[in-house]
Parts: sequence; structure tokens; C-alpha cells
Amino acid sequence: MNVPDDLFYTEDHEWVMVEGDTATIGITDYAQEELGDVVFVELPEVGDAFTAKDSFGSVESVKAVSEIYAPVSGEVVEVNESLTDAPETVNEDPYGEGWMIRLKLENSAELDNLMSADDYKEFLKEEVG
Amino acid sequence: MSLRRTPLNQIHREWGAKFVDYAGWEMPVQYSGALQEHLAVRKAVGVFDVSHMGEIEVRGEDALPFLQRVTCNDVSRLGDQQAQYSALLYPQGTFVDDILIYRFARNHFLICVNAANREKDYDWMLKHRSGSVSVEDTSDRYVQLAIQGPRAADVLQQLTPLQLSTIKNYRFAVGPVCDVECIVSRTGYTGEDGFELYLPPSAAEKIWRALFEAGKEVGIQAAGLAARNTLRLEVRYPLYGNDIDETTTPLEAGLGWIVKLSKEEDFIGRQALESQKSEGVRKQLAGFEMVDSGIARDGYRVFFDSCETVVTSGSYSPSLERAIGLVYLPPERAVPGEEIAVEIRGRKRQARVVETPFYKK
Repeated sequence: MNVPDDLFYTEDHEWVMVEGDTATIGITDYAQEELGDVVFVELPEVGDAFTAKDSFGSVESVKAVSEIYAPVSGEVVEVNESLTDAPETVNEDPYGEGWMIRLKLENSAELDNLMSADDYKEFLKEEVG
Repeated sequence: MSLRRTPLNQIHREWGAKFVDYAGWEMPVQYSGALQEHLAVRKAVGVFDVSHMGEIEVRGEDALPFLQRVTCNDVSRLGDQQAQYSALLYPQGTFVDDILIYRFARNHFLICVNAANREKDYDWMLKHRSGSVSVEDTSDRYVQLAIQGPRAADVLQQLTPLQLSTIKNYRFAVGPVCDVECIVSRTGYTGEDGFELYLPPSAAEKIWRALFEAGKEVGIQAAGLAARNTLRLEVRYPLYGNDIDETTTPLEAGLGWIVKLSKEEDFIGRQALESQKSEGVRKQLAGFEMVDSGIARDGYRVFFDSCETVVTSGSYSPSLERAIGLVYLPPERAVPGEEIAVEIRGRKRQARVVETPFYKK
């Protein structure tokens, strides 16, 4: 299972990459693997604002639907529109081209609530058993 | 309660399956991916372990009159080595189960039933048994494999001396597959050509491996319940527990063709269906596709006029690349072009009634 070192993680299997005051958000390799073939991604619009732990969208595979939660609070500044036509990108490149939204960080202290790569690896071990 | 496992459970692990709890069984939900598995069945061939399905054997001098009484299709039309889709019904005309009846001889039939209904069906048949008839649950004697897709015959032919081209649709033969005697039935639940194989559990691993060896060149694919569900939904085969159950009748489900009101013998549910037929049904199973974005799933709420109901089966369709589903609507609304609303994540989204089957070759 791929868990890049330079990202933050949530217990709902989202990842966050922080650059300045922008947080890029997607779902983890584990999440896409568990979901299976992603066929539809529903994302918010630029300008929408979310509080940490709000659902901001959903990702659907053939078999299941899963909500995606905002790891941190902020306003949406960019949405990965290419996922509309190519939702399979989430499976193919979950940490890269499969990113979902960019938020303008409202309170960078919220990052302290997220897991490091090592924490997340530990968490997966417990989760998977 | 621990889940039942089919004799191929370990093989599925070797083949990379993910599992799901289905009707008390630990069954493969997918291997490499539901999309790929679905498309492999449409274009080449896929193999499903469907050993969770139950088998009930009916024998005896009065086997035929007994089955005429407990099922709604006309069993007298069935010759030896022929199969028939039918149903066990309650007196009110609703489903105990939908079934497949195989006739071996005048006094010997095998009934294939849904996993979740195995005990219920067996008890129901015992309760209505009369005359010289024995009813036996023989499910544990069979592993059932469904080999489905346009290349299914090419692959299976390599393992058997039976002339598969002579086994027409809804017919079967008994003969050796990998030198082991099996029931080879030209039936399926995918809308594709293919076979259902009933084999002794001791031969399951050998036959599974031989199938994959024989099918290597045509890209044979192990397929799980996720693909099985999308395949059957695209061709509008109903699923017991979703689209049909103890609250719905064959007439409402669009299965009028399995109800033979013309047969001489009385059958359980006949009276109710006769009056339903003359009065007309109040609801009808209809296919719809989403107009707005989103995928309607099983149980999602459906709104029309000032009424509310639920999606009985809903999924993404890999062949059509659209979201499709089934829902019971009043007959005047169950017409292609009618608009309904499906609630997806708190928002009502537009859907449209369409012709079924959704997928045609």
C-alpha cells in the first residue's frame, strides 16, 4: 500500500498536501483499492466553504458509494474537473492526477489533528487487522 | 454466526478475490475489478462460483403433479434434459422464490433456488408435498460454476467430450467434464451465452484450474458478485430480495410469461393471479436511467406525483456507461419517457423511465 511521507492523512482515508495556505485533498491508495473501479466523482464548486469533517463530495465505484470529508476547514479554490470525464484517474493515480479539490486553509492549526504517514500506516495495520 | 464458505474459497484467495457476506456466505465480490470482470463476460468469458445457490431434488411417481401444484409455469411442457424458469408462489400470488427446474426424467427433477431462500423453499415444498414424492435438499452435493460469455462454449468444449453445440438454450446434459460427471446446463444470469455447471465438490478445484488453463488465450476472467449483479441488471433479470419478494407477484414484476394460467392443474397462487390479471396490476416494475448526475442505488427514495417509493436495484451500468435502475411504478407511470425523481445524497435528481432490457446485443 502506497503511503507517501510528505502528506497528512485522516481516519476516513483522505490525504492532504499543504503548500503555503493551500491544501490539496484526495483519497488514499487504500481507499481507492477498497472502493474498486471508480465510475463517478461528485465534487463541490469553487467558492463553496467547508468545515473540517464536513462531507464535500462523494466517490462511487460500481459497487459502492463513499462520502469524502474535508480534513480541514476552508474555501474551495480549485476543483479537479478532469475527474468528471475520467473518474478512473482516482484508481490510477490517487496521490497525483486523481486529486479532488484545493482548499484555502482557514486555520493551519487544524493540521495538527491529522495523521502523519507513519501514523496512518499504523492506523491501516489496525484497520486491516 | 460464522459465514459458510464454498469448497473454492481458498482458490478465490489465490485468485485475489475480495469477499462479501451474501446470504450467510462468504462470496467473492470481485477479483481484478468489477468493470473488467463485467466486460470480460460481455466480450469473452467469465467464471463465477455460485455454489451458494441451493439445489432441491424432487423424486417420485407424483413428482410432476406436485411441481405443477407448487410452481406457476407449466412443468408438463418440460422434456427430459430441459430447464424451465419458474416460481414458487404464496396463495396471494407473491413470490416464495424464483427458481430453475431441471427435468431428468418424469419422476426426477432438480430445482435450483436462491441461497437466501434455500431453507424456506425446502420447508414450503415439504409442507405442500402430497402423493408419492420425496423432496431432498442436496445443495451440499454440488459446486455450481457459471461460465458465461460469447467464448464460454469454446473454453468448456476443451474439457468435455459432450457436443456442446447440441445443448441448446435452456437444455442440459449429464456427462464428463475433466473426466468427472457433471450437469452441464446452457443457462445463466448474465444475458450472455454460457453454461451453468453442477459438479461434485471434490472436483471443483481441478475443474476451476482446467477452465482457466483452457481459457487463457481468450482472456478468461474470474468474476464476482458485483459483476454478476450489473450483468443481470442490464438485461433486467430480477433479483429475489430486491426486485421480487413476498410482496410482489410475477405479473407486477413483468414475469407474466412464467405464469401459465392456461395449465390444467390448479397451482398455489393461481386464483390471486387470475383476479390480478382481470383487474389489472397496480404497480409494475419499470427500468429507469438517471438524467441528472449520480448513481441511484438499492433502496434510494423515488418520488413521482405526490407518491414515494424506493429503487429496488440501482447501479452503474458498465456496458452502457450510465446509471440505471428498477422501480415499481403505477402502470400509467411505468412508460418510457415518464419522469421520476431519485433522492441521491439529499437531493432529488431527475431520472427517466426507459425500455428494458437496458442492454441489447
